[in-house]
Amino acid sequence: MIEISHVNKWYSPTFQVLTDCTTNVTKGEVVVVCGPSGSGKSTLIKCVNALEPFQSGDILVDGTKVNDPKTNLPKLRSRVGMVFQHFELFPHLKIIDNLCLAQEKVLGRGHDKAQAKGMQLLERVGLKEQAQKFPAQLSGGQQQRVAIARALAMDPIVMLFDEPTSALDPEMVSEVLDVMVDLAREGMTMMVVTHEMGFARKVANRVIFMDRGEIVEDAAKDDFFGKPRSDRAQKFLSKILSH
Amino acid sequence: MNYNWNWGIFFQPNPMGTGTYLDMLLSGLALTLKTAALAWVIALITGSLVGVMRTLPSKGANWFGFAYVEFFRNMPLLVQLFLWFFVLPELLPKGAGTWLKQLPNAPFWTAAIGVGFFMSARVAVQLQAGISSLPRGQKMAATALGLTTAQGYRYVLLPMAFRIILPPLTSEFLNTIKNTAVAITIGLLELTGQARSMQEFSFQVFEAFTAATILYLLVNAVVVTAMRFLERWVAIPGYITGK
Repeated sequence: MIEISHVNKWYSPTFQVLTDCTTNVTKGEVVVVCGPSGSGKSTLIKCVNALEPFQSGDILVDGTKVNDPKTNLPKLRSRVGMVFQHFELFPHLKIIDNLCLAQEKVLGRGHDKAQAKGMQLLERVGLKEQAQKFPAQLSGGQQQRVAIARALAMDPIVMLFDEPTSALDPEMVSEVLDVMVDLAREGMTMMVVTHEMGFARKVANRVIFMDRGEIVEDAAKDDFFGKPRSDRAQKFLSKILSH
Repeated sequence: MNYNWNWGIFFQPNPMGTGTYLDMLLSGLALTLKTAALAWVIALITGSLVGVMRTLPSKGANWFGFAYVEFFRNMPLLVQLFLWFFVLPELLPKGAGTWLKQLPNAPFWTAAIGVGFFMSARVAVQLQAGISSLPRGQKMAATALGLTTAQGYRYVLLPMAFRIILPPLTSEFLNTIKNTAVAITIGLLELTGQARSMQEFSFQVFEAFTAATILYLLVNAVVVTAMRFLERWVAIPGYITGK
């Protein structure tokens, strides 16, 4: 579904942010990307739907080359759902209109159909009652669930999550993770940048560990958490799992 | 000081045979409002376009926006009006120059367009600031949903940016109205021009300019009140200044 091969990205010859990154996410797979801050994991996931450009290498999403100038990027992006660290709901639109905007303007769905789809997804994330409110009237956890529903409304073939719980108060993390776990169990293809190792243990098929712009470890979940692995990954895990 | 106050002067007939002196001032007020309205429409439209250009990823658009703003804001308004009114017709080919000079209402069009362009540079800078003040993720979220750049601006960035800059925009609207007084120098008989004619005909300088002052204050009070209502009307529930 996502094929990343030999991707390099740099801002200047001395400032390399991604070095020769190669991995792939197959259909129905849940891949968790972790690593210390500044390791390039957010940058890598943003390269997948071309929110960030990269200088060399290739990324294919469902067979379409992301870095080909001839690719219709808006069309490709509309099929790749993305959830951001800071939710990024549109503050001037009601919750339901946040879900309808791209359905109508990008997919060309009629207003009634978009509304119906939006309400169905809001119900799914448990926020049907909030449809007529504005984003600033919701808690962080609720906003992030709306953001997930907004991405799902586009019927994506794959979902990208960029640290979806990092900006949340601790008591709101689980409500968002629950939605993501359900999604994973339903067979959604997911690439998730997160520090939530509990989530990784529960639903990930593979875990990718990045450090200083490189993919240091790319292993099946049980291998990553069980068998011996690279020093850097071990150090990282001991730090975040010690509490 | 030996000055004969005569507040009754407003109800005496003016020497032009167009009614009383008050009628003279009111016709000046009408022209001020017409000029300011057209200038403000020009300022809003061109200012918005240029402001957006200054935030686009295209280098060419940035450069054009930069050059436009610096050209129109770095010259005194008075000089600009003289340029459009006296210099431009001489620079054009002879036929076009003569046609321009003989246009009916030339001072009106020159003033509206001149003040409009002058103010558009200021609107552009404010809109640019408004757009830049939005979180970077907003544009990314719009892009990630598949919205094109134009759609992203239309449905996501501009509705928020304009809300944010509404208070300073009110000041610019007031400045536009007040700046039309400069058009007296190219022979436009707007409110200031009519007050001056009244003084020249009647020698009642204090009465004439007191009346003009009050009329300017009244008009601007109406604009300020209207903009307040607009601010409240577009306020977003739960969001900074929202209800």
